[in-house]
Amino acid sequence: MSFRAGVLVFPGSNCDRDMAVALAQAGADVTMVWHKETALPSGLDLVAIPGGFSFGDYLRCGAIAGRSPIMRAVVDFAHGGGHVLGVCNGFQVLTETGLLPGALMRNAALKFVCRVEELVVSTEQSVFTSRYGKGARIEVPIAHHDGNYVATPEILAELNGEDRVAFRYVRTPNGAMDDIAGILSANRRVLGMMPHPERAVDARHGGTDGRGVFESLAAVLGAGALQEA
Amino acid sequence: MTESLTAEPEITEELIAAHGLKPDEYQRILDLIGRVPTLTELGIFSAMWNEHCSYKSSKKWLRTLPTSGPQVICGPGENAGIVDIGDGQALVFKMESHNHPSYIEPYQGAATGVGGILRDVFTMGARPIAAMNALSFGDPSHPRTRSLVNGVVAGIGGYGNCFGVPTVGGELRFHAAYNGNCLVNAFAAGLAEADAIFYSAASGVGMPVVYLGAKTGRDGVGGATMASAEFDDTIEEKRPTVQVGDPFTEKRLMEACLELMKTGAVISIQDMGAAGLTCSAVEMGDKGNLGIRLDLEKVPVREEAMSAYEMMLSESQERMLMVLRPEKEAEAKAVFDKWDLDFAIVGETIPEDRFLIMMHGEVKADLPLKALSGEAPEYDRPWVAPAAPPPLRDVPVVEPVAALTELMGRANLASREWVWSQYDTMVMADTACPPGSDAGIVRVHGTEKAIAFTSDVNPRYCRANPERGGMQAVAEAYRNLSASGAQPLATTDNLNFGNPEKPEIMGQFVGCIQGLGAACAALDMPIVSGNVSLYNETDGQAILPTPTIGAVGLLPSLDLAIGMAPAEGDLVYLVGVTPQGHLGQSALLAELFGREEGLPPPVDLAAERRNGTFVRTANAAGLVTAAHDLSDGGLAVAAAEMALASGVGISIAESPTVTPTGWFFGEDQARYLVACRPEDAAALEAAAQDTGVPLTRLGKAGGAEIRLGDAGVALEVIAERHGRALAKLLG
Repeated sequence: MSFRAGVLVFPGSNCDRDMAVALAQAGADVTMVWHKETALPSGLDLVAIPGGFSFGDYLRCGAIAGRSPIMRAVVDFAHGGGHVLGVCNGFQVLTETGLLPGALMRNAALKFVCRVEELVVSTEQSVFTSRYGKGARIEVPIAHHDGNYVATPEILAELNGEDRVAFRYVRTPNGAMDDIAGILSANRRVLGMMPHPERAVDARHGGTDGRGVFESLAAVLGAGALQEA
Repeated sequence: MTESLTAEPEITEELIAAHGLKPDEYQRILDLIGRVPTLTELGIFSAMWNEHCSYKSSKKWLRTLPTSGPQVICGPGENAGIVDIGDGQALVFKMESHNHPSYIEPYQGAATGVGGILRDVFTMGARPIAAMNALSFGDPSHPRTRSLVNGVVAGIGGYGNCFGVPTVGGELRFHAAYNGNCLVNAFAAGLAEADAIFYSAASGVGMPVVYLGAKTGRDGVGGATMASAEFDDTIEEKRPTVQVGDPFTEKRLMEACLELMKTGAVISIQDMGAAGLTCSAVEMGDKGNLGIRLDLEKVPVREEAMSAYEMMLSESQERMLMVLRPEKEAEAKAVFDKWDLDFAIVGETIPEDRFLIMMHGEVKADLPLKALSGEAPEYDRPWVAPAAPPPLRDVPVVEPVAALTELMGRANLASREWVWSQYDTMVMADTACPPGSDAGIVRVHGTEKAIAFTSDVNPRYCRANPERGGMQAVAEAYRNLSASGAQPLATTDNLNFGNPEKPEIMGQFVGCIQGLGAACAALDMPIVSGNVSLYNETDGQAILPTPTIGAVGLLPSLDLAIGMAPAEGDLVYLVGVTPQGHLGQSALLAELFGREEGLPPPVDLAAERRNGTFVRTANAAGLVTAAHDLSDGGLAVAAAEMALASGVGISIAESPTVTPTGWFFGEDQARYLVACRPEDAAALEAAAQDTGVPLTRLGKAGGAEIRLGDAGVALEVIAERHGRALAKLLG
């Protein structure tokens, strides 16, 4: 069931280790990829963009990271059908590159918020969520200052119409439109989410409700089913 | 040499006073160097000899503290203290104040306080794994309080969250005595290999002195001197002395330092904190019995035309000084290039006892190095025992449930979730117990071991009786660790007081030191690091004496961690005794009646040790499902907090002998509430009997009410008041 995952490391990433641990727990063979690299290691099944403050994020979160050398390679990887998971700052970076639509604004309450939040799995139709039941309620930690998802009515309609909202908050902690916590790309192979599933893979820390994401990935990527699809 | 000391202004009395140097201290400088100092030299002396850096008023008393023990790898005197946590691993930790800057500029003051303490930890080769902060503010209704709290909390979060260290505990208190001086005490702990710890002592002559990290600007020039003075109405003018934090650079600096340390290039390392380049360079030379020469034109700067004076006194953040092995220079530079940080050789170690500051070939300062720290003034300040507190008049009789309901919504007892939800408490994915319990617990990554962290002090007790107050702070920390299942290991102290030149303030300091020293010795919790913050006064009004204790404990296995939440049906016991219910200086009197009267409760250190050992032993035997220490608000508040933690009601019986007010709200020490499954009750009772520990069955967990004697209140009513109070007051 092994699959090959690359975890990007920006100088201000701080959830890179947590992401690597969660992926490895699900059976991934993990390589850390420094942001100054211009190419991804060959043969990756997944690129994970971890949480943190990629370049300090004093201005617009993820803006500088979105234009870093490695992200050009990630965009090509995604356009070639590769799987990409962006969590928290990783989600912000993905919207900056245009791989995912919309933007993440400052939380409505204007404060950083960290707590365990209840989510609804809005679709099980993806390589990231197949192990959850549709409508399942899970508890996953959040920790962000800029997680307030905004998009035009057209984009929201498209996301809803194409079943591309992966997770919704039961009670939005940040003012996100439509309670959106995570969305999929049009080809369903790129997921960006503000909650941290990698912080919920251990009964001793944050619970185990985040495991579904990594087990879903392992089930599909590990089997190589979608590689050739 | 003197004639080449160039073009600096004449030293006048005003200039000397502006540098915070007393006339006799200036005379000491003249005697030491045998001539009038240059301005740069005056600045260097002022930086090294101010209270903040020299500990000149406190040193005499700090020496009396217990600092050693089999668990201690490094005691006070280095950047942080270090204890052994087994398996070749060490915990590096310290607490430090950033009070004055935080009052002047709350966000940046608090942020750079966090930055400073994190640097102290990773300078020694440890990756930070936990942070706490102990905050004291003025009355919630004071016009500045709300903005100060919001700014400080946002600043702490802004720095720690970006850096990527989980904040797992702390304190928040409000009292009118802090109206003009808030306290921001930041704690950090890091994990290192016991055989890979880095110290500040330079060694070897002609070794390169290397500057690393952010560039030097004019920010913070004179900050340490500012932090050693009282405030008055010119405070707004002091804002330029507050530094600006850049957690992103700090994060890179940490990664680069830890990476560099692995290469074997580092001989010694010192972070630039208070008094920046001056203090760090002197420290390295002094500890290594070497001189240092610096060539200031090589220092990376971000402002033009900086003078030697400004460069030596700048407190720009996120900077380090290292002495490197010359043969490793290229390797070291490559690491810093990778992280896009400045790396510059700015000087070298020299054999003679000399601190030589050059700029473009001109001598800017030429001083005996050892004298800068070794000859710093030291005072045996006169002190008097503080006046006895006002006597405890008649004690009011309260209806316990009504009083509890009121207390739980007061700013000092309400839930702190509004604060800690603004901190990342879970980054690094090892937080086994987040803030809100007796202690925060963090797993040692990749092991089953864990470390517990707590921060405690009751300043009201300290003012009423400094010695008891000092003892109680340590005893409460010991209880919080024990109630979390951890073996207490060691402490760091952050001593916040008013003006030590006043004998009654000095008396508070001396009394608190004596109390906490006695308790640390009796409870085997040596003090391995610390910080003193004096002159916390505004217009002559001092803060409450606030010797914050940060303490750490070890859990050999996470299986030993105990929470505060009993399960439905568990029995609830009191460990310890309640002779009459001590109400002097209690939260009940202070919060509900505005009365701060009487002596604080006495502290029986032998009972603390015995009862704490019992709780830990019973827990290790699997007999305890939840535990909580009794402190502010006594039995009633502790019971309510357990019910809130579990979401399950609790009922506590009245005492046959003690009045309900004393029983439910007295603050007698050495007490815990513990819960156990009914089937374990006999074993728990037998264990208590065998060890001579007083254990009384008080009630049980269950239902949806908090019941005190015959009356009760719905848990959800308390939860609502307790949970929302701070957001209402401060949000």
